[in-house]
Amino acid sequence: MTALEVSGLRVELAPGGQEIVNGISFTIDRGEVVGLVGESGSGKTTVALALLGHAKRGTRIAAGSVRVAGQEILGRDRAQLRAARGKIVSYVPQDPAAALNPALSIETQLVEVIAAHRRDASGRDVRSRIGEALEEVELPVDGKFLRRYPHELSGGQQQRVCLAMAFLLRPQAIVLDEPTTGLDVTTQAHVLETVRDLCANHDVGAIYVSHDLAAVASLAGRVLVMYAGRLIETGATHRLFVKPGHPYTRKLIAAIPDISGRRTLDAIPGHVPAPGRRPAGCVFAPRCPMVLPSCREAEPAMVEVEPGNQVSCFRALEGGRSPVRLVPGVEQDAGAMSNAVLVVSDLEVFHGPTQVLHSVSLELKPQECLALVGESGSGKTTLARTVMGLHVPRSGEIRFKNTVVHGNVRKRPTDVRRSLQYIFQSPYDSLNPRHTIGEILGVPIEHFFGLRGRSAADRVTTALERVSLPSGIAAAFPDELSGGERQRVAIARALACEPEVLICDEITSALDVSVQAAIVRLLEELRQREQLAILFVTHNLALVRTIADRVIVLNRGRVVETGTSDAVIGQPTHPYTRELIADTPTLEGLTEENADLTRPAAGGLEK
Amino acid sequence: MRTLARSLGYGRMRIGLGLVTFVVLLTLVGPLVAPHTPDELVGLPAEPPSGRFLLGTDYLGHDVLSRVLWGGRSVVWMAFAAATLGVAVGAAVGLLAAYSRSVTDDLLMRGMDVILAFPQIVFVLLFVSLLGPKLGLIVVLVAVTWVPQVARVVRGITSDIVHREYVESAELIGLPRRRILTREILPNVTTPLMVEYGLRLTWSIALIAAISFLGFGIQPPNADWGLMINENRTILTIQAWAVVVPATCIALFAIGTNLVAEGIARAIAGVDRRGSTR
Repeated sequence: MTALEVSGLRVELAPGGQEIVNGISFTIDRGEVVGLVGESGSGKTTVALALLGHAKRGTRIAAGSVRVAGQEILGRDRAQLRAARGKIVSYVPQDPAAALNPALSIETQLVEVIAAHRRDASGRDVRSRIGEALEEVELPVDGKFLRRYPHELSGGQQQRVCLAMAFLLRPQAIVLDEPTTGLDVTTQAHVLETVRDLCANHDVGAIYVSHDLAAVASLAGRVLVMYAGRLIETGATHRLFVKPGHPYTRKLIAAIPDISGRRTLDAIPGHVPAPGRRPAGCVFAPRCPMVLPSCREAEPAMVEVEPGNQVSCFRALEGGRSPVRLVPGVEQDAGAMSNAVLVVSDLEVFHGPTQVLHSVSLELKPQECLALVGESGSGKTTLARTVMGLHVPRSGEIRFKNTVVHGNVRKRPTDVRRSLQYIFQSPYDSLNPRHTIGEILGVPIEHFFGLRGRSAADRVTTALERVSLPSGIAAAFPDELSGGERQRVAIARALACEPEVLICDEITSALDVSVQAAIVRLLEELRQREQLAILFVTHNLALVRTIADRVIVLNRGRVVETGTSDAVIGQPTHPYTRELIADTPTLEGLTEENADLTRPAAGGLEK
Repeated sequence: MRTLARSLGYGRMRIGLGLVTFVVLLTLVGPLVAPHTPDELVGLPAEPPSGRFLLGTDYLGHDVLSRVLWGGRSVVWMAFAAATLGVAVGAAVGLLAAYSRSVTDDLLMRGMDVILAFPQIVFVLLFVSLLGPKLGLIVVLVAVTWVPQVARVVRGITSDIVHREYVESAELIGLPRRRILTREILPNVTTPLMVEYGLRLTWSIALIAAISFLGFGIQPPNADWGLMINENRTILTIQAWAVVVPATCIALFAIGTNLVAEGIARAIAGVDRRGSTR
């Protein structure tokens, strides 16, 4: 039976009328979980909200129909919409901390949901229903828990409360909008499992919106791929990941790092066109490697390639759809012989009275990429900041090239400050919005090398070239650039100092996978060409496998495991590492079924 | 700069700029075109407007039009000087306090609280009555009363900015603190600072006009709008123009600067003409 049926959905800017999404049609059966994937700007959240009859300010739902269990959602007035939301279709938001009211207890917020729809429900009914719902999402049912406020719960518990709310009235369809994005892998794995069980047990049709393809692969039976406001491919998860039909899907899958093996990530050049600037014809044509002249003239229709697998591409039916080639990366044992360039020993760091790092030591060799892995709160960012001298340690020492350096960056010699460079997590916050890119890059060039005017401008151009950005970008302000371009500028700024060690703090976590792939490739290239040592701080184990030579696993401020990345991820010894690895979603199962096809062609995924 | 350009799209901003330009031009050009000098006794006291005296004469028989044209100079330059001085010093204090993040912050801000404890007009009048009615002194005193208010606003904005990663990144390469303040932080507070400047200007006009009115500013027989209002109170019922015109001039100037400040503030907040957010 169909839980959700969408046809010809169109959302546009109002006023203006430029399409944001157009021609979206799909169905979801009861008990089925369908993934909706796409990069930022693809319109996936717009579609998710439209399923509840909602359009963000400045946009409107212009055409189409959304039917939940046979009832039309669009075109209702406010009161009718309110009656439908939560009862027949419900929503789980991305950020539970922002979605729950901090001033109300969990109980009040759960009761509200029922009270809004069933005025006549007796107190006992309400309580028993809430108890049931909490049990389903594996939260404690006692009154003590119910009297708590959102801030007293962990992120995972908050998301479970949101899930309980969504399932409270047994809706027919449920929309999950990136519900695990802010959660650690372990928590994410548990939440995903709960969602799967709930949907199967209660015959709820769910749509899971996410940019994390690995998470979608582990949860959804079917996947819808969006690009620039269109649905470009739909199909069974397995089929889609092994033999993607659309060139975009193919590129996207090739851009994901996977924990199962070291891969060379494939980036997609260019970026998603914004509403109003989309090309005529196929929206992907400008970035497509297989583009034909006809692609730029007409928009391809959805073609059924195989039962259940539809692709919107003129070349979809051409034979020889080869499986995605997962190109293995090349292992280097770089600098195995040489002396460590950076040594950290017995670092004890406090934030006020709380100890964040307990006797942490690490060594970084020239030209090596060392990954520092841990969940949020493990102290990995604190460690990186302490090494840089932004946070002064209580005890322990940091040695750079056999010289102990001061814990405060202001008291370090210029040469050390130049040689150790830091790249921040968010490219949106690390570039001064009031300066042009040229001015931003000019600061270190003038400060360290005393260059001004013409020679400084030449160095700016060189710095931009090193990160493959056109020199014309120097006149632009940061807000005119995309996230990936900004992160390249941040890398260029670090490189302009001619550093020996680069410390990268989660530098790809704010970026889309295709952009992440490009940044990772860039770092890899720079490491080879400029002989940089890189300390790569991340929570993404899959990425570690791809980029790092060695790994340090940090848990609650202690180093629990260290070794080469293949050894640590292949044969983890510490239970914490094992748990982390087990909870990281992977595409491996999907590609393995096709092992005889994929592996030889790719030369084997693992060494 | 982009914010300024956007603010020009607002009607109120244009009206405000127009008013300010009008008043400033009036005070600059006025003395050149005035029919009489301000202290010349040209007629009988309290003559109504006529062909000879377009706005009549005041309580002593000076030409009101001439006095209005001459009398704006002091309030305009004093208001601009006081606002500029107050905002400059206040911004410097606020930036330093927020950036130092140490005992300097406490020392500076508690010092500001002490100044803030005095009612403005009492503070100014106290010193003027001690040291005599010198115009420069009044400017400095008015500026001093603005310093704590501007410092608080700037400190608030800056303490958010000093934690931004672009500031940390400048710290990391060891840029001198002075350059971090002027290069990385200051450009990010200039736009809110302009709003503050507009507001301080408005209040400076009101305060300085009030001081003149009370007789502590420019001394007779010199012309001054605030002073004119006081002098001609007694003949308000028979020759209202002598009070109404200078009062209107002060009001137009104050409203103009206020509209400009609001226009910039709205442009920062990204409020469109219909009042909804962007």
